[in-house]
Amino acid sequence: MSKQMTGAEMIVEALKDQGVDTIFGYPGGAVLPIYDAIFNQNRVKHVLVRHEQGAAHAAEGYARSTGKVGAMLVTSGPGATNAVTGLTDALLDSIPVVCITGQVPTHLIGSDAFQECDTVGITRSCTKHNYLVKSIQDLPRILHEAFYVARSGRPGPVVIDVPKDVQFATGTYSVPKNAQHKTYRPQLKGDLGKIKAAVEMMAKAKRPILYTGGGVINSGAAAATLLRELVSLTNFPITSTLMGLGAYPASGKNWLGMLGMHGTYESNNAMHDCDLMIAVGARFDDRITGRLDAFSPGSKKIHIDIDPSSINKNVKVDLGIVGDVAHVLEDLVRLWRAEAHVAEPKALDKWWKQIDEWRARNSLAYKASPTTIMPQYAVQRLYELTKDRDTYITTEVGQHQMWAAQHYHFEKPNRWMTSGGLGTMGYGLPAAIGVQMAHPDALVVDIAGEASILMNIQEMSTAMQFRLPVKIFILNNEYMGMVRQWQELLHGGRYSHSYSESLPDFVKLAEAYGAKGIRCSDPARLDDAIREMIETPNAVIFDCVVDKMENCLPMIPSGKAHNEMILPDFGDDIGGVIDEKGKMLV
Amino acid sequence: MNAKSASPSPTPASPPSPYSSAFARENAETHTLSVLVDNEPGVLGRVVGLFSGRGYNIDSLTVAEVAHESHQSRITIVTTGTPGAIEQISHQLERLVPVHKVTDLTLSVRAIERELAMVKVAGKGDARVEALRLADAFRARVIDATLESFVFELTGAPRKIDDFIELMRPIGLVEVSRTGVAAISRGPKPI
Repeated sequence: MSKQMTGAEMIVEALKDQGVDTIFGYPGGAVLPIYDAIFNQNRVKHVLVRHEQGAAHAAEGYARSTGKVGAMLVTSGPGATNAVTGLTDALLDSIPVVCITGQVPTHLIGSDAFQECDTVGITRSCTKHNYLVKSIQDLPRILHEAFYVARSGRPGPVVIDVPKDVQFATGTYSVPKNAQHKTYRPQLKGDLGKIKAAVEMMAKAKRPILYTGGGVINSGAAAATLLRELVSLTNFPITSTLMGLGAYPASGKNWLGMLGMHGTYESNNAMHDCDLMIAVGARFDDRITGRLDAFSPGSKKIHIDIDPSSINKNVKVDLGIVGDVAHVLEDLVRLWRAEAHVAEPKALDKWWKQIDEWRARNSLAYKASPTTIMPQYAVQRLYELTKDRDTYITTEVGQHQMWAAQHYHFEKPNRWMTSGGLGTMGYGLPAAIGVQMAHPDALVVDIAGEASILMNIQEMSTAMQFRLPVKIFILNNEYMGMVRQWQELLHGGRYSHSYSESLPDFVKLAEAYGAKGIRCSDPARLDDAIREMIETPNAVIFDCVVDKMENCLPMIPSGKAHNEMILPDFGDDIGGVIDEKGKMLV
Repeated sequence: MNAKSASPSPTPASPPSPYSSAFARENAETHTLSVLVDNEPGVLGRVVGLFSGRGYNIDSLTVAEVAHESHQSRITIVTTGTPGAIEQISHQLERLVPVHKVTDLTLSVRAIERELAMVKVAGKGDARVEALRLADAFRARVIDATLESFVFELTGAPRKIDDFIELMRPIGLVEVSRTGVAAISRGPKPI
């Protein structure tokens, strides 16, 4: 059914037709007609953020926790440039987001008009795709195509730049019959011959490991179910990247914990010593591989990924299967059920015995303290007191993020929102807002650091305005903890500008926004304080005062291999572990 | 206790750099890629931006619309890199939404490569005669002439053009304009 309407009305209409119920945005001169169209309806709820970066992270949080496309709306110029960090974050973590940006009227483009910037030029390298809409005739197709591109294949952010005259122009709107891109068709089914080969390799494996990532989450609930089935059929050990946590339950007996730079001893050693690695929706990022030429030297590698460019990018694999994780796992599980079995169960038993020895090393241990709250302890208590609830966790970036990944355990996918690829400080609070909008009755906790939280603290106003009871759980060590830790590792403990000077009083800060502030520095009081936080129906800033100099361990120092980890009982002096070459890395 | 762990299997002998991947030690090769794209605003920017953003080389690049009805352009890119890098470049190009098809003409088929060059040569006396004689041998056409200069037009494989330019250098080469390589596969089938 086609209707006459303005470009601005088309945008709102297309959002409705795409099933968008919430859009995060900030108005400005170049998007006023769209805001007028939003004013005249009530199907799409607009959440007014306080900074466009917040809109992007909120859309990410919404998308990551629902599996739907996140939507955001910002004005031209600074509106668009402020969104760039969030768009890049969504690109690196493959989060589907559609971002509508206003643009100066077509006839002013290129004249350095007020609040003009080359939005499609600036966002070309930080989006999966972007559009400049030059004519009202193109707008309906582009709007729907953008959602298709954002969610299909390897998901990512898409920008639609709409000049103000196009928003005012009148045209014919109809939902395109085939809301696909004319040529973009990602491959979903994997090559059956290759999947058969994978099954054969898996049956023969003596020391296998499943290395899973964010692609499993992106592929949807079916992928996580199939993954669990595959693990129970094969009894293979499984580890996951930061982005993939929750795809396999942390309580599962085959779970080795997260791998990589701050992964567990058992997962990293198993990666190093395995004879078959099955990478599922993971991309061999440098936080995972450590030193590339010493990465899992003795293994055959199978890589399942929807993005052909991920295969053989960092690590050469023996068998690359291009396809969607759920589609490939479906075939893999079916073939395994039909014909395969572990050829050498004794070898697998021996492998598990080895893994249990590594597990017994208890690499996540830390020195408890009766007087100071250890950050790991804080996360553990938070986990114990929230695990039986409908809980979603977001994080900022740094030590607290890694402690959260290590000590908070996820049973389900889509419960863990963190900035993995880009490592964006300031991600957690706006992401929590996005999550809470999608899940109004859930408990949403942003595990934060005192430095990160200040990067988007203005979003407290958003939380208050929309009565979003997000809980900000700050592990406050008065340092940019990860920076300080690296300065200890690499720069002789010269803590250049990593001390969080002149911190606000977080309790008073919470109160200034109209939220509740809680401070706790006593381990004996921590449980009560966390309970108080959970039971508060309003937003809370929890200032958890923790040990200042604790390092996040275990750790693979940069430039080292998986079997060269620093473990918690390494000693007090971790400086001098990294050689000159390692210092060059990030 | 020193907890720096010892694992059952040893790490390989000390490598040149922690960065080095399996590909880094391979030799660089020059490949010609044919890229079919939607002819829409910004598409060339996406392709070029991908090369600069990811640190790939462009040796030459040509582009023109080849199908008006379907608005498709064909970009021919000559690039140099290790086989691993070339494979990455192809896959990264395929990721771009307006890119239909990427063919590595160097890998998949015997391709014909042609380039057009205009070569300006200045000189008098014997040099002019020699320039004309060589131009004739290379089947270069004179497309501009003055009493002290020629502009030659020459079409051929890049190597032939290189050779011609080298021969003109001592005679009085002034400047060169080259189109970059256009390439097509042999035989009846499209790429």
